[in-house]
Amino acid sequence: MPGRGGLLRWMWLIWPVGLVPLVVVLWQGTRGALGPDPVLTLVSRLGWWGLVALVLTLAVRPLAVVSRQGWLMRWRRDLGLLAFTYLSLHLLAWAGLLLGWQPRYIGPELVERPYIVVGMLAWLLLLPLALTSNRRSRRWLGRRWGQLHRLIFPAILLGLAHQWWIQKSDYSEPVLFSLVVAALLIWRLRQGRRPQRLPKKPSANP
Amino acid sequence: MLIRHRQRSDIRPSEITPEGIYLRRREFIGAAAGALALGAVTPAWSALIDNPEAEDATRPQWWRDAVAARRDGKPDTDEALTPYSDVTRYNNFYEFGTGKTDPMRHAGSLHVDPWSVTIAGHVEKPGTYTFEDILKGQDLEERIYRLRCVEAWSMVVPWIGFPLVDLIRRVAPTSKARYVAFTTLHDPEQMPGQRARLSGIRWPYVEGLRMDEAVHPLTLMVVGLYGRTLPNQNGAPLRLMVPWKYGFKSIKSVVRIEFTETQPPTTWSQMQPSEYGFYANVNPAVDHPRWSQARERRLPTSLFNPNWRDTLPFNGYAEEVASLYRGMDLKRFY
Repeated sequence: MPGRGGLLRWMWLIWPVGLVPLVVVLWQGTRGALGPDPVLTLVSRLGWWGLVALVLTLAVRPLAVVSRQGWLMRWRRDLGLLAFTYLSLHLLAWAGLLLGWQPRYIGPELVERPYIVVGMLAWLLLLPLALTSNRRSRRWLGRRWGQLHRLIFPAILLGLAHQWWIQKSDYSEPVLFSLVVAALLIWRLRQGRRPQRLPKKPSANP
Repeated sequence: MLIRHRQRSDIRPSEITPEGIYLRRREFIGAAAGALALGAVTPAWSALIDNPEAEDATRPQWWRDAVAARRDGKPDTDEALTPYSDVTRYNNFYEFGTGKTDPMRHAGSLHVDPWSVTIAGHVEKPGTYTFEDILKGQDLEERIYRLRCVEAWSMVVPWIGFPLVDLIRRVAPTSKARYVAFTTLHDPEQMPGQRARLSGIRWPYVEGLRMDEAVHPLTLMVVGLYGRTLPNQNGAPLRLMVPWKYGFKSIKSVVRIEFTETQPPTTWSQMQPSEYGFYANVNPAVDHPRWSQARERRLPTSLFNPNWRDTLPFNGYAEEVASLYRGMDLKRFY
């Protein structure tokens, strides 16, 4: 495929580009530019970017198949890890900066607040995916690797529930995210019934 | 115009003087501009460079004079004031958008002069009163109130206004008047948030008080803050301030006050009755179904100090208002 090798060479850019929102929000935070309630702003922005990266991760396969650009699949792991990075920081900022690592405040939240529970569950589902994202795990798990990584579907649904649940009256963002995810899931379900159309599996050892 | 503040030994001038605001604003704008360079801020960033002094200068002279002639009122507090820059840049005023900075950026489209308020219902003197009529001969006072938002943050704000009971006396409600219903302006041309789709809110925004709450001396009609006329994003020209209730009760940009026999509908309780009640008294013992109300973050906070403090029953005004609710089950009438 023409240009394929060239584009692959730019794959490392996912990290410097993907971490720009993090750098911006941290920089704004230290400059007092996140408004009068910076911790809450930080927590919600980290969660937002985490969800965006998760949706992008989910979109990689459809994009690769539809555009017949198999090399795109190589981006999926780093996008997924980027999402996990943001969502982990989201969780850390919530527990550490907002609630000060105090079990007496964190505990009740985890038990009594459904939107916290679903968010936490989503992160817990993503944890094994991040841990097994390396090549060795993939080889070791074999066919089960793919099955395990289907956990991204429940995780993203829980993430969407978390996003819906925190809204007070304006549902435009969760509606938008949900429509995109619904489209990706529908594509995926229909794809599942057809023979594999991915043009060329990215080789495990390039 | 001279911005005068009472000098209190217990509040550091640096916490309240406009100079500090100017400094903060530059910092804010600088950071926003820098962020723009990094491509992370929406194009509306330029509107962050708002100018409250300029807005105040466009207000009618009689309004500015009335605000300038205010006297110091009670109650007072020795708690540090939330800076003007935060009070005017962090607002829930969904008529201008649901983001905290949306009101500051979009409220410029609201025309507050001329402005009139319709008084209706069970009163001897119904009619449409201009804002100027309402202020004429009305003594104003500055009162420092805590403002507790239902979202678990709070501010301390030096409001300028008059007790609602003064206005109520002027329009002479009849014995049938048991509640007071308030309505915010409904004009999607001026209020972009009212044009939004996918919003659960039915416009116009409506709120209400029981008569004894409305005539309580703490219940204020606000026309200014921090020594200036009330900024649009804070509910200009005329808003309610009921300090022992969650902020959403304190309806902004009021155009209609109706005296009713039955409990009037209120916007948030109509939309989500299990989460927001008619009374909405600040109560640490009754959680919002989705979050705790036991604590609040006193703004401004910093990245490494969320500034939590325990929420007080009736927002710390229990001594003055708890008797209004004697015998009521506050868990049921939240």
